[in-house]
Amino acid sequence: MAKKGSFEVKVGLAEMLKGGVIMDVMNADQAKISEDAGAVAVMALERIPSEIRKHGGISRASDPQMIKDIQSSVSIPVMAKVRIGHFAEAQILEALEVDFVDESEVLTPADEHNHIWKHDFKVPFVCGCRNLGEALRRVGEGAAMIRTKGEAGSGNIVEAVRHMRQVQSDIKKLTVMNQDELMAVAKDMGAPFTLVEQVAKLGKLPVPNFAAGGIATPADASLMMQLGAETVFVGSGIFASEDPAPRAKAIVDSVAYYKDAAKLVEISTGLKSAMKGLDMSEIPEGERLQERGW
Amino acid sequence: MIGVLALQGDYSKHLEILEKLKISSCEIRYPHQLNEINGLIIPGGESTTMTDLIERNDLHNNIITFSNKNPILGTCAGLIMMSRSVNDTRVKSLNILDIEVDRNAYGRQVNSFRDELSVSISGKVENISATFIRAPKINRMGRDIEIISSYNNEPVAIKQGIHVGLAFHPELDGITLFHEYTFVKQFNEKSHAA
Repeated sequence: MAKKGSFEVKVGLAEMLKGGVIMDVMNADQAKISEDAGAVAVMALERIPSEIRKHGGISRASDPQMIKDIQSSVSIPVMAKVRIGHFAEAQILEALEVDFVDESEVLTPADEHNHIWKHDFKVPFVCGCRNLGEALRRVGEGAAMIRTKGEAGSGNIVEAVRHMRQVQSDIKKLTVMNQDELMAVAKDMGAPFTLVEQVAKLGKLPVPNFAAGGIATPADASLMMQLGAETVFVGSGIFASEDPAPRAKAIVDSVAYYKDAAKLVEISTGLKSAMKGLDMSEIPEGERLQERGW
Repeated sequence: MIGVLALQGDYSKHLEILEKLKISSCEIRYPHQLNEINGLIIPGGESTTMTDLIERNDLHNNIITFSNKNPILGTCAGLIMMSRSVNDTRVKSLNILDIEVDRNAYGRQVNSFRDELSVSISGKVENISATFIRAPKINRMGRDIEIISSYNNEPVAIKQGIHVGLAFHPELDGITLFHEYTFVKQFNEKSHAA
């Protein structure tokens, strides 16, 4: 009997997305531009994070009609976001047959204590993290893919770098610890002990580890890949830039050839302006999206 | 030395399988690297993305030329890339296997699945658990195609000459038998028969 929706099948799709670029899109036209540029998947949302920042208000899961339009316009996987803890939004997206659900800090949280129990779903989930403890809590809840949070909509790579370095350094520390130290670490980082043990053994996360939050240039994508990301999400970086299609294509190329600096020169040459971006000091602490999630 | 096309997809999982088999391996991103290997794997991933990267980097004709003398193993998107034609004009396939395929033929991710398969390879029958992720279906085959395994009476593992194509992902389940057959056993069997 065919077994659908198991954890292995969920992680399987995340494996297929490796070495690729997942692009935020707001309509079917942008989805097509992304697919033509070589995106491995698109993330459907009503406003890209930089727009959410500008407009304020409550951000919710997207209108099903908009998601359906995008699903019918492209053949690559279509992802969509739900509010943290909003399992009813997730149930609706699952019924819509989106390929991946992002339980995302970019939308306004619906629950300030609990995330969604993702094991209950057949559709796979991706969640953001800033450190290993947060990553393993999400995996414990059933996430099949982890991404850095970075600072969405900022066009500033500094937070994604901070979070990726933090996760990698947390992992490295585990690999040299003795068995009797792991319980204390699990307690300190608030992570399930069995997963801490598994990471100590594997030397990497038990699910694919992607980068997100502030990627705006081919060099940003290369940087994140060299720091250990297995794929990159680009949110506002493409459609808030001056000329999205060539930039989208350039970022796809930069992920495939992330180690080849000579090729990156070619890839990065002649692109029009990147999104303007924000320094972290321009984003008041209360408005930092990365603080959302528990 | 066996190369794994490393433009996009689960190429690292294929490298793990080759490592398990103690076959030396490398990642392939440039046409000139094809001169240094005796076999190629086209991994799972997105066939539209692979098409773009193959075309932009002058790999299309070079892989076809390579396939004239060397074995290629394709899984899922790799099978799609090896086919004669695809039901999607966005994919420019390589015409290495005489098959026509439909992409995402089982539906979206919620319909991805694992199930038992019986595989006939090297004169033996083996049972495996196979993982199908947004998998393609082979809807037409030429006469030279040999079926290695079927699922619900539809071919999911095939062979033509020295090339092998799979609609599923043995690399996700640590299954080594297809890699071992494509790159080692089929040649041992031939030299034995000769």
